[in-house]
Amino acid sequence: MNFSWMAWTLPTVAFFGTIFLLFVGMSIWEYVSPGGNPRFGILRFETTRGDRLFVSLLGSAFIHLAWLGLVGPNLWWALAISVVYAIGVFRFV
Amino acid sequence: MNKTWNNKAWFMVLPMLLLVLFSAAIPLMTVVNYSVQDTFGNNVFFWAGTEWYEQILNSRRFWDAMGRNLAFSFIILAIEIPLGILIALNMPRRGWGVPLCLVLMALPLLIPWNVVGTIWQVFGRVDIGLLGRVLEGIGIDYNYVRDPLDAWITVILMDVWHWTSLVVLLCYAGLVSIPDAYYQAARIDGASRFAIFRYIQLPKLRRVLTIAILLRFMDSFMIYTEPFVVTGGGPGNSTTFLSIDLVKMAVGQFDLGPAAAMSIIYFLIVLLLSWIFYTVMTSHEGER
Repeated sequence: MNFSWMAWTLPTVAFFGTIFLLFVGMSIWEYVSPGGNPRFGILRFETTRGDRLFVSLLGSAFIHLAWLGLVGPNLWWALAISVVYAIGVFRFV
Repeated sequence: MNKTWNNKAWFMVLPMLLLVLFSAAIPLMTVVNYSVQDTFGNNVFFWAGTEWYEQILNSRRFWDAMGRNLAFSFIILAIEIPLGILIALNMPRRGWGVPLCLVLMALPLLIPWNVVGTIWQVFGRVDIGLLGRVLEGIGIDYNYVRDPLDAWITVILMDVWHWTSLVVLLCYAGLVSIPDAYYQAARIDGASRFAIFRYIQLPKLRRVLTIAILLRFMDSFMIYTEPFVVTGGGPGNSTTFLSIDLVKMAVGQFDLGPAAAMSIIYFLIVLLLSWIFYTVMTSHEGER
């Protein structure tokens, strides 16, 4: 099957591969510990671990966009901030 | 109560996941791939990195279109929500008037968007349109093709005409579901008409209003067909909303890389706003 029409590049394969691995990891986590671990965090509404992953990914996207718009194209710092943010979301939200 | 968790049930949603994969995920991945490359056609691509994202995020054109879109959504919400509640409150609750009002309210919703645009394009014309001719007849200088303010008024009136019915129908459904006992208690207490609205009807309408605001905000934020048919984004760029600008960039200029980057940013904003509304809606349900 030819996927050249999708214009794949190595960085975008790595990007989607990472997201796919995150989904696989979350599925395994759910299989081992079913129920999604719902809880009320600092935002005062109920979140499951799937919600927390979604908030982490969406927030990370905006952190990267803000970095691109306000600072510049070197995104390693934005990635580091996103990882810290995601840990914070999984710990406190 | 202890729930029984059976993860095998996830296989039941597998067909839907495959459908979403082909209709949404694969096209979205393709857009992401385009957004980091440049192309001149023939399936030949050149790596551009984050250049298009930087270009869009630092572009006055993008933020102007975003500002116009937010202003448009805010204005139509400020008009359609109170107007929809007002009309729903005054609709009959029984008798022959009920089906008549419901059919009249449903009619604008049944008209395709491009037809609504065409109706208002003709309606507003100063040479043959009823609205344009009447306004000219009473001495008002109105021309939506030439004047940005007139173009905005026309597009807003068109949206209010098309979509207030949706708010009315949702609010009406919410109002008829309030049991009579609430009104009887209010009458015994001698509550005023406003007090009944403030303390009985409005709280009971909260869920349907949240849905109405969510639907109207998202729809108006992604509006394309109606203003495109009426004004084509003009005069100048005065009614060029994000979706119109996106189509101009992708189809008109064939700038597929910047258009893909703009699509991703637009998509993320829509996703964020949808999530905020969804969270607000479901957290209210939790309180209930």
